[in-house]
Amino acid sequence: MEKQSDLLLDIQHLHTAYRLQGDFYDAADDVSLTLKRDKILAIVGESGSGKSTIASSIIGLYDHKNTKVTGDILYNELNLVGLNEALFNKVRGDKIGMIFQDPLASLNPLMRVGDQVAETLYYHTDMDEKARHARVIELFNQVGMPRPEEMYMNYPHELSGGLRQRVVIAMAIACKPEIIIADEPTTALDVTIQAQILDLLEDIQRQSHSGIILITHDLGVVAETADEVAVMYAGQIVERADVKTIFENPLHPYTRSLLNSMPQNEDEDEDLHVIQGTVPSLKNMPRTGDRFAARIPWIPASAHEENPQIHEVEPGHFVRCTCWKSFRFEDQNAETEA
Amino acid sequence: MGKEIIQIKDLKVYYPIRSGFWNRITDYVRAVDGVNFSINEGETYGLIGESGSGKSTTGKAIVGIEKVTGGQIMYKGVDITKASNRKKLNYNKDVQMIFQDSMSSMNPRKRIEDIIAEPIRNFENLTTDQERDRVQELLDIVGMPSDAIYKYPHEFSGGQRQRIGVARAVATNPKLIIADEPTSALDLSVQAQVLNFMKHIQQQYNIAYLFISHDLGVVKHMSENLAIMHRGRLVELGSRDEIYKHPMHIYTKRLLSAIPQVDVANREAHKAERERVEHEFLENQSKWYDADGRVFPLQEVTPNHLVALPEGGIRAAIQEEQNEKESD
Repeated sequence: MEKQSDLLLDIQHLHTAYRLQGDFYDAADDVSLTLKRDKILAIVGESGSGKSTIASSIIGLYDHKNTKVTGDILYNELNLVGLNEALFNKVRGDKIGMIFQDPLASLNPLMRVGDQVAETLYYHTDMDEKARHARVIELFNQVGMPRPEEMYMNYPHELSGGLRQRVVIAMAIACKPEIIIADEPTTALDVTIQAQILDLLEDIQRQSHSGIILITHDLGVVAETADEVAVMYAGQIVERADVKTIFENPLHPYTRSLLNSMPQNEDEDEDLHVIQGTVPSLKNMPRTGDRFAARIPWIPASAHEENPQIHEVEPGHFVRCTCWKSFRFEDQNAETEA
Repeated sequence: MGKEIIQIKDLKVYYPIRSGFWNRITDYVRAVDGVNFSINEGETYGLIGESGSGKSTTGKAIVGIEKVTGGQIMYKGVDITKASNRKKLNYNKDVQMIFQDSMSSMNPRKRIEDIIAEPIRNFENLTTDQERDRVQELLDIVGMPSDAIYKYPHEFSGGQRQRIGVARAVATNPKLIIADEPTSALDLSVQAQVLNFMKHIQQQYNIAYLFISHDLGVVKHMSENLAIMHRGRLVELGSRDEIYKHPMHIYTKRLLSAIPQVDVANREAHKAERERVEHEFLENQSKWYDADGRVFPLQEVTPNHLVALPEGGIRAAIQEEQNEKESD
C-alpha cells in the first residue's frame, strides 16, 4: 500500500468568478481550506454565500465559458484548477465522489438504478459485467438498501426519497474515492431519514478513511456530524475552527447572529434574533471593506479593518476582520430602543 | 385560555384508487383518516408530520380547497363542509392561508398592490383611495417599504415575498390563518424575520394560526398546543411542554430524537439515544400500530395530553413513563 498523507485537499486563495452581463464577479473570494483524511469538513452559509461554488470548482463542474477559476486546489500534488477535461474525468468519480442535493435530478429517469451505479464502475475500473453487478449489490448492501437484487432493477421514480439518496451515495462511493463532496445531501429529506443518511455518511467515512466536505445551511446537522467548520458569508470564509469552538466560542458577528436566530432557545416567547438587511447579490457585493458591516450598523466603522483579513485568534481558530472585538448583541437592542 | 374558534371532528379525506377494465374504484388512499382537534382563539396550533403524513391535506380541507370525504369542521357551531354554510358565515373571509412557496402562490403578472388587494376586493367594497391606504397599511405591518406596491413579485427576495404573503393573508382581518410550511424554503436569518412578524401580527389582531410544519424546532418556538400526524392519523396531541418533555408514543420519540441538536459535547450520547429509539420503533410495531399498520385511536393520558394507544394500553404506557423518570 502506498503511503497516504493526511492532507487530502489543499485549497489556496481560490477565486471563482461568474460572468454576468459581460463582467466577471467573484462568487468565491479568496477561499483557503484544507481537508484532512478521516475528517468531515462542513461549509455553512446561507443561500448565495458561495458554498456550492466551492464544490463545483473542486469537481470542475462549471460552465468553462462563463466562469473563471484562479488559485490552487491541490490534490496529491495535482492542481485541479485548469486541469484538462481528459485528466479531470479520471479524477472525478474515481478519486472524488459527489453527492447532490436533489437525488431525482441527479439520476437518469430512463435507466435502472443498478445500471447507473455500474456505469461509474465501467468508466473507472476494468471489471467485467459480472463483477460490476456483484459490486453494485455489495454497494447497495453497504448503503443499507433492503433487497438489493430487486432494487437493482428498479427505476428512480419507483424509489422513495431516502432510497434514491442512498443510490446516489452508492454511486459516489463506488470507486472508493478519497474525497466525498456532499452538497446539501439531506435538505430534501424528512428529519428521520436525514438522521439515517448522516449516520450512513459517517459510517462510510470511518470504513474508507476518506475525507468528506459537507455543504449545508443547517447548523444542527453541522453540530451533529462535522469535525471542522468553515462559515461563509458573501463569498468569503468569515470564521473557521473545529466544531466545538464554533458552537461554544463563536467570535465573528455573523456566526453569532446565525446561531442566535435558531428557534431552539429555551425561552419560546421571546422574539428570535433577526440579522438586519439582506445578503447582497453577486453583482452588488461590496468589494472593499467588511462585507458584513452593513448588517451590523451599530458597530462604528473604526472597529472594522479597512481590508479585512483572516486572523488566527487562537491555535486553529480563524476569524476575518477585527470587528468581533467590539460586537455585542445588547448594543443593537439599545439602539433600536433609542 | 380563549374559547374554541374551530373544531375538527373525525375529518376524512380519501382519494380513490381506480383500476381494472371498468376503471372502477377498488380502494382508497386514506390521506386523512379520522382526525380530531380544535383550535382556540388567538393561539398557534402546531401540526407536525413527515412528508406524506396528510398534514397539508388537513390544512387544505380546513380552508376548503380540498374536498372532504367525511367528518365535520365546526366553525361558530356550524358545519362548514357544506358550501352554503361557508357563505352564510363569511367563512372564506375569516379563514386565510399562507403557502409554502411564495413564488408560485402569487401571480407573476400582477403588481403587489393588486395581489394584496385581491382578497379585499372579494369581500369589501372600498374606493380606490381607501383600498390603496389599506394596502399601504398592510405593507407597513409586515415592514415593507411603501414603494413596494408598484413592484412585481420577482423583484423581491424569498423572505420579502413570504412577508407579502403574510400581508395578503391578513388583508381581510381573518380569525384563523392556515400557515402551510411558511418558512421551510427560507434561510435561517430570514426565517427568524418572518416568524417574528407572524407573532407580532398575532398579538396585535388576535389571530389563530394552524402552523403546519415538519420542523419541530420552529413549531416549538411558535405554538402552545400541537398535534403529531402519521399515516393520516394523529399519534399524539397536547400542550407543547407535555409533548416535548414527556413524549409517549414511539413515533413522537423517534421524531424528537432525530432533530439535530446544537450540542457538540453530547453528540455521541444523542446518537446512541436516537439509535435506541429507532430500534424500539422497528421492533415494537405491533405495540403501537394495529394489524393494518394504522395508528390507534387517541386516548386521554392526562387532561391535556392524548396519545394513540391500543385498548388498555394507557396504564402500561404510564408505568413505562414513570420507570424512565426514575431511571433518570
